[in-house]
Amino acid sequence: MNQPVNPADIHKVIIEQQKARNRKKMMVNGVLFLLLLAAPFMMYPVFLMKILCFALFAVAFNLLFGFAGLLSFGHAAFLAAGGYTTGYLLSNFAGLSTELGILAGTATATVLGLAFALLSIRRQGIYFAMVTLALAQLVFFFFVQAEFTGGEDGMHGIPRGHLLGLINLEDNLNMYYFVLAVFIGCYLLVQRIVSSPYGQVLKAIKQNEPRAVSLGYNVDRYKVLAFVISSALAGLAGSMKSVVFQLASLNDAHWHMSGEVILMTLLGGMGTLLGPVIGATFVVNVEYQLSQGPLRDWVDPILGGIFVLTVLAFRSGVVGEIQKLVDRNFK
Amino acid sequence: MTMMKKLLASAVASALMASGAQAAISDNTVKIGYLADMSGTYRDLAGPNGLKAMEMAVADFGGKVNGAKIEIVSADDRNSADVASSTVRRWLENDGVDMVGGLVASSVTLAAVGLLEQNDKLGLVSGAAAASISNESCSPNHIHYVYDTYAFSVGTPTAMVKEGNKRWFILTADYAFGHALEADVTRVVEANGGEVVGSIRHPFPTSDFSSFILQAQASGADVIAMANAGSDTTNAITTAAEFGVTQAGQAIAGLVVFLSDIHALGAEVAQGLQLTTGWYWDMNDETREWSDRFMEKTGTKPTMIHAGVYSSTMQYLKAIEATGSDDAQTVRQHMIKTPINDMFASNGYIREDGRMVHDMYLTRVKTPAESTNEWDLYEIVRTIPGEEAFRPLSESKCRLVKN
Amino acid sequence: MTMIFGVPLAVLSGQLLIGIINGAFYALLSLGLAVIFGLLKIINFAHGAMYMLGALVTVVLFDLMGVNYWVALFLAPLLVGAFGVLIEYFLLRRIAGQDHIYSLLLTFGVALIIQGVLTNIYGVSGLRYAMPDMFKGGINLGFMFLPYYRAWVIVVAMLVCFGTWFIIEKTKLGSYLRAGTEDSQLMQGFGINVPLLVSLTYGFGVMLSALAGVLAAPIYSVTPVMGSNILIVVFAVVVIGGMGSIGGAIITGILMGVVEGLTKTFYPPASSAVIFLVMVMVLMIRPTGLFGKEA
Repeated sequence: MNQPVNPADIHKVIIEQQKARNRKKMMVNGVLFLLLLAAPFMMYPVFLMKILCFALFAVAFNLLFGFAGLLSFGHAAFLAAGGYTTGYLLSNFAGLSTELGILAGTATATVLGLAFALLSIRRQGIYFAMVTLALAQLVFFFFVQAEFTGGEDGMHGIPRGHLLGLINLEDNLNMYYFVLAVFIGCYLLVQRIVSSPYGQVLKAIKQNEPRAVSLGYNVDRYKVLAFVISSALAGLAGSMKSVVFQLASLNDAHWHMSGEVILMTLLGGMGTLLGPVIGATFVVNVEYQLSQGPLRDWVDPILGGIFVLTVLAFRSGVVGEIQKLVDRNFK
Repeated sequence: MTMMKKLLASAVASALMASGAQAAISDNTVKIGYLADMSGTYRDLAGPNGLKAMEMAVADFGGKVNGAKIEIVSADDRNSADVASSTVRRWLENDGVDMVGGLVASSVTLAAVGLLEQNDKLGLVSGAAAASISNESCSPNHIHYVYDTYAFSVGTPTAMVKEGNKRWFILTADYAFGHALEADVTRVVEANGGEVVGSIRHPFPTSDFSSFILQAQASGADVIAMANAGSDTTNAITTAAEFGVTQAGQAIAGLVVFLSDIHALGAEVAQGLQLTTGWYWDMNDETREWSDRFMEKTGTKPTMIHAGVYSSTMQYLKAIEATGSDDAQTVRQHMIKTPINDMFASNGYIREDGRMVHDMYLTRVKTPAESTNEWDLYEIVRTIPGEEAFRPLSESKCRLVKN
Repeated sequence: MTMIFGVPLAVLSGQLLIGIINGAFYALLSLGLAVIFGLLKIINFAHGAMYMLGALVTVVLFDLMGVNYWVALFLAPLLVGAFGVLIEYFLLRRIAGQDHIYSLLLTFGVALIIQGVLTNIYGVSGLRYAMPDMFKGGINLGFMFLPYYRAWVIVVAMLVCFGTWFIIEKTKLGSYLRAGTEDSQLMQGFGINVPLLVSLTYGFGVMLSALAGVLAAPIYSVTPVMGSNILIVVFAVVVIGGMGSIGGAIITGILMGVVEGLTKTFYPPASSAVIFLVMVMVLMIRPTGLFGKEA
């Protein structure tokens, strides 16, 4: 067993392994992509779109929580800001093409995100979570009272309109492929960000902030940028959701929504790319299935149970645990 | 005017029927969806027991209509327009649901009625209070069955101002619903020669009302009106009792109050409260008989929503039986031309804007001494005729009404 | 009549007093949170649920067994406290040493379960709890009518708050507690059962919350969701005071009650937002809250 090994061989093996892993990853992604393309013919498209919107929301949240280590307890504010802005513009300016409405919603969430970031970024740990929660509560109360949101009644009958003034989004299939395209675009963007040098610095900050500071990084600036990107994507998710469902409501702004996105991310696997997507799919499905069946009165306690189980038994989430399992057995 | 329109409507309906184009029941099944808040704020006034009421209606009808099976599906809207909209969409686009009943929160209902119209199916709204549902937001695809904010704000304030309570203070929940209610009450109070001396908009929801009650006491008003609903109302009434509001000579007017709220408060705290209701279980033999059956199944006396769900489902099934079709327009037209006489309403009728017009009742909550059991809570002071209780068609902004 | 910014002085005095009463509730609730966080570093998102349990247990004990208010005042917090000990023993202990965030998520889940289950049993329109006879009525202070019960709330809350502060900060037991949770190995070496100490501390924090619940039962409508909204407010209070500062939680609780009361008088629409506004501003100036020590 103890034969001398040529270091070059080891290197080669590692590279081979990496290549094999990348091939596998490509294959998995390819299969997923085909599945997503075919999905609306097998399942009800609006439900799929709901999953995609929440998946994007969770992906956005995970960029901040999973990769930069910042637990925001106020992400609902961005989801709602995006949704309300898009809804308001599309309802009140007939002829506005849908993508512009969505862009405007995203922009609003981005600006709001920047404000949140500047006010909160220097707070550490639990204080950070609490400041974001407080700010989100302020936004919530604003939406409750503002006339244009319709308060408790919510904003209804938002027209889906036409994409680029051409493609009719009233059609569920068209709408679905549009949402899918946006989702994949954002997913790839996040993938890109995470593996970029910038993403590496974020991870370094997450692991050991003082060290990152001593290495000369302007930590705050990195964090603010992560926060802004995350809130922009969360706003985009909210904007699309309001177009898909043709409504925006206070639920999106409530602090329970901020809690729910944490659950999705944690359950799927924080700090992994696919994790939030799986978590969101699971949670949206559980909520839907339960609300139909004999257990429909028990949605909240069951969600709570999932929360408890996740924290106790598999903190790394579904994807994280699978990765661990793979690492343990196939290395 | 109204008469003419009704005649016209029935003429259209019979024309439709004569054509026989839709005289069939799709899939040979009548599929009904019950959508309500099963776990949140509105659970007790409609909730799971509303589903029981709907099941009672189907069972009483015999489980079949013209040989077609009657099926009920149900879902929890979680008080969320989101959840409601995805559920209803799926029911209508995917699952072949013909009618959606229940519909309690206004936000949920507004989301549902849009989808119902897009898919040309029928909605029977038994819970939502927003008057806009049969006004600005009316559609040829739903019926507003039990009450609305207009009816609530007519009954109590009119009667109380006439009794000499001229000066009003309004405690308003600070969102669209509260604002609408406040505007309606102000209009009614002023029209009857009263005066609104002050109002406060309190955050929604609020658990501690002591601060607001103190301000209301200081206003020197004769009446403190609660332009809010649910736990806000019960909390405010409890606090008012604690701070001795009624002992000091001020009266309290509840606007949107349900039997389940009063039951929760108890006669001790709620005594003397005046409120308007669309129905009460202890009105006559028919209501008592039905309520006893309901109580056997659920353990509680029915609220007006429970009764409305039963009655509206029954009317719907009768209309299908009569027309032989479950097509939304055919059924709705038949319902419009058929007067409603059952345990819920006498001589009730449905207008073209979807408003079901029936008598409302001004009631006073009994004192503990008058109340013989935990559900013996209301004394009916006055019957408000339907024409007076609901917004007249001449003031309607509904697009189905030509003014 | 003397007016201050258009509000009669009498009304204003009344509002101040009401503010202090509500502040007493906040103080009691945030004290429990501060004890749990300060000594155990657990972020207890189940605190609102425990408050609710205190109120609900009081009502249920009365309905089922006719247990009166005075007995419930002791019994309900004890029962809920025991339940807290179970939660600590079976759940929280398993994540000791992990990031604080996990305790937040775990207790959030626990709160969802408790609230959801009880909603299915008791509904949400509110349970009835009759005011104890001796507290019926009130006294006219000239500027306002003060119900006896509200006066009682202030007295109890102040006594309990001061007692707790005194025990933790000034007595030997308190120093064991603080030492035991800061350096558990050392204390274990001295023969002190630290895990038990931790369980009991959590149970005690929960008891304080449940006591607030019992006090609330006769005046607020008791529903399984009554703790859900107050939780966030109380968290804001604790953060403003400085997480973990016992004295800070008490003082800030009362202060915030007054601030909220005044907002309800001068500009009611902002009254639910004002505490969060204060929190954001305080943290801008003092990152660890008004009375917080460590960074």
